[in-house]
Amino acid sequence: MTRADLADVVHREIGLSRAESAMIVERVLYHMCHALSEGENVKISGFGSFILRDKGERVGRNPKTGVEVPIAPRRVLTFRASQLMRDQIAEG
Amino acid sequence: MIRSELVAKLTEDNPHLTAKEIERVVLAIFDSISDQLSRGGRVELRGFGTFTTRSRDARTGRNPRTGEAVEVDAKRVPYFKPGKEMRQRLNVE
Repeated sequence: MTRADLADVVHREIGLSRAESAMIVERVLYHMCHALSEGENVKISGFGSFILRDKGERVGRNPKTGVEVPIAPRRVLTFRASQLMRDQIAEG
Repeated sequence: MIRSELVAKLTEDNPHLTAKEIERVVLAIFDSISDQLSRGGRVELRGFGTFTTRSRDARTGRNPRTGEAVEVDAKRVPYFKPGKEMRQRLNVE
């Protein structure tokens, strides 16, 4: 499933035009990306939370050569699914 | 940002739609992602990331309150892997 399929769901279920449905899916992702890139967590009730974590600098190793390389401090994004989604998926 | 704030932003983008309509659109989008995952599928959103599920083996857990052992069945859990573009965007100052 991709953006196009999500746009199709909006088109069929809500009745917006295909073009408008595609645009709104794009804007949903845009606003989420934007908030996250500004350092803001995103919480969608019933779905889950996108949580930013700041990782400290550490020494890593190239697994192929065994050479130690410093890994710079960085920000990573994690997703914690809501209990609702977890239950839905666990049941299949 | 919480869901209602997302709805408010989308309503600003789309003045010809009501907040109620936008709310339905947002629900439809997130519900269909959950549905796809519960059917064992994946949702790939370029530039953002990919939602998939991963399997967890059955295990013997413990009730943290009573210490009693309980069998936990094998199950699938949701997983999200941020896309490359997203990861890079988080790290530009």
